[in-house]
Amino acid sequence: MANDNQAKLSIRDLKVEFRAKGRNTVALDGVHLDVKDGEFVSVVGPSGCGKSTLLKVVTGLLQPASGGAFIDGQPIDGVPDRVGMVFQNDALLPWKTVVQNVRLPLAIKGLPDKEQRREAERLLKLVGLEGFASFYPKQLSGGMRKRVALARTFAYDPDIYLMDEPFGPLDAQTRVKIGEEFLRMWESVGKSVLFITHDIEEAIALSDRVIVMSPRPGRIKAEFPIQLARPRPFYDIRFDPVFKELQKEIWAQMSDGASGGVH
Amino acid sequence: MAEASKRRARSTSFRGREYSKASVWLGRLAVFVLLTGLWELLSGRAFNSFWLSKPSLIADRIVQMLGDGDLWYHMSATLQEAVVGLAIGMVGGTLLGIGLAFSGIFERWIYPFMMALYSLPRVSLAPLFIVWFGIGQSSKILMVVAMVIFVAFYNAFEGMRNIDKDLMDMMSTYKAKWTHKLRWVVLPSITVWILTSVRLNIGMALIGSVIAELVGSNRGLGYYITYSSNMLDTTGIFTGLVLIMLIAVALEQLVLLLERLLLRYR
Ligand SMILES: Nc1ncnc2c1ncn2[C@@H]1O[C@H](COP(=O)(O)OP(=O)(O)O)[C@@H](O)[C@H]1O
Ligand SMILES: [Mg+2]
Repeated sequence: MANDNQAKLSIRDLKVEFRAKGRNTVALDGVHLDVKDGEFVSVVGPSGCGKSTLLKVVTGLLQPASGGAFIDGQPIDGVPDRVGMVFQNDALLPWKTVVQNVRLPLAIKGLPDKEQRREAERLLKLVGLEGFASFYPKQLSGGMRKRVALARTFAYDPDIYLMDEPFGPLDAQTRVKIGEEFLRMWESVGKSVLFITHDIEEAIALSDRVIVMSPRPGRIKAEFPIQLARPRPFYDIRFDPVFKELQKEIWAQMSDGASGGVH
Repeated sequence: MAEASKRRARSTSFRGREYSKASVWLGRLAVFVLLTGLWELLSGRAFNSFWLSKPSLIADRIVQMLGDGDLWYHMSATLQEAVVGLAIGMVGGTLLGIGLAFSGIFERWIYPFMMALYSLPRVSLAPLFIVWFGIGQSSKILMVVAMVIFVAFYNAFEGMRNIDKDLMDMMSTYKAKWTHKLRWVVLPSITVWILTSVRLNIGMALIGSVIAELVGSNRGLGYYITYSSNMLDTTGIFTGLVLIMLIAVALEQLVLLLERLLLRYR
């Protein structure tokens, strides 16, 4: 889906360190990564390898020790414009109703009340939650809350979507269903996505490129272009022989080093 | 429907099952009747009613005080001191807590002194306040403020430290301004803590106002209690205590109402 060779987001020689209780932890080291305009890139890796940290750098919430991230060639300094993050937990405001949560980015932008409401309702319909506008997050299932979080990010309408294991805590069935919906919505807007997951199948089914990270300190270990035609059937694509082959290769990369090489 | 399922889901807490309203209130009524009945029966039989008075005498006294205007005269004074002091102390303490949470290292300098002041038996300040402000209402209000401000401060401060960092980060990624964060995340997050401190502080406020009245005043329920004590009028003392309890219960119910309104989302 990438339109041209211009990198929307580029990460150069990124190194991130945490200092906690007098000890230095290198979370990321020498990370080099490009996401082209309209490209869907997934990052897979064991937990604790720095995937969330990578996204925090791109949102400007975290300062790198060296190297950096660039959007359209501009270095990231503070929270950049037009970058939307879907957090690992859904980060919904528990004291606001579903529709108020979805309106949040529009309210911050200062859009007129009526427009906010109209847009929020449209998006709730898009994610299949029309009847739930006045519910509080506590009253929804995990899958529904994820959809609200997605709708909120859609409301912000960013150029780059950063998604941190957005379907992580869902059961297999819901995961497939939401993945399918998300893929359909993404194919209609075609924005750049940096997608974090630990699910290889999910990564292949969604992405143009899958990046494998090593355990801590996180480095990029391998990269796999996914040449499966779009639009893709999110679930049925798993039975494609190309998919199977990719799955095998990526799995080999991930388990290699972690447990001394399995094949 | 959603309302019902929410309730059911909540009833799995350690408080156990949810009971019907009727059974709760009937039970409360039964306990009340039993206790006051026992008091009424035993007073004058098992012990001399001079020492412990009895419910019927107290009820008579309340009616009599209602008639001659004494009731409202004393009750309104205590209520005013408690409510005004509570309001000043809550606002002051809460703002202090929020401010200190934002103050960086300044908080580390101040905090131990706040806790040292907190450990002081503050009721012993009443005589000092009366020296400063006389026996009018301002010394009582100051006493109430001294009683409530620490809990208000502490709860607001802890509430600030317990704000979900992910929510603040989320707001940042949407480029929210400071005022947005305050209104959408900070204040709603600490509302629970503030309401808890108001509830704890109702009792504190009444202790403050009554103690200060006991020490020196010419009005209020504390004054009425000391006055009755000087007259060896135990019925008067108990009447004062019952009226204080009534104020506490009424204020508590008001806060519960507010809680139900503000914490609907839970
Ligand atoms: N705020 C922090 N302070 C100290 N160490 C941290 C902090 N955040 C993350 N880390 C460490 O950095 C590493 C990467 O964390 P994270 O990016 O959350 O991993 P992932 O998302 O891949 O599971 C982990 O080892 C974690 O312990
Ligand atoms: Mg993570």
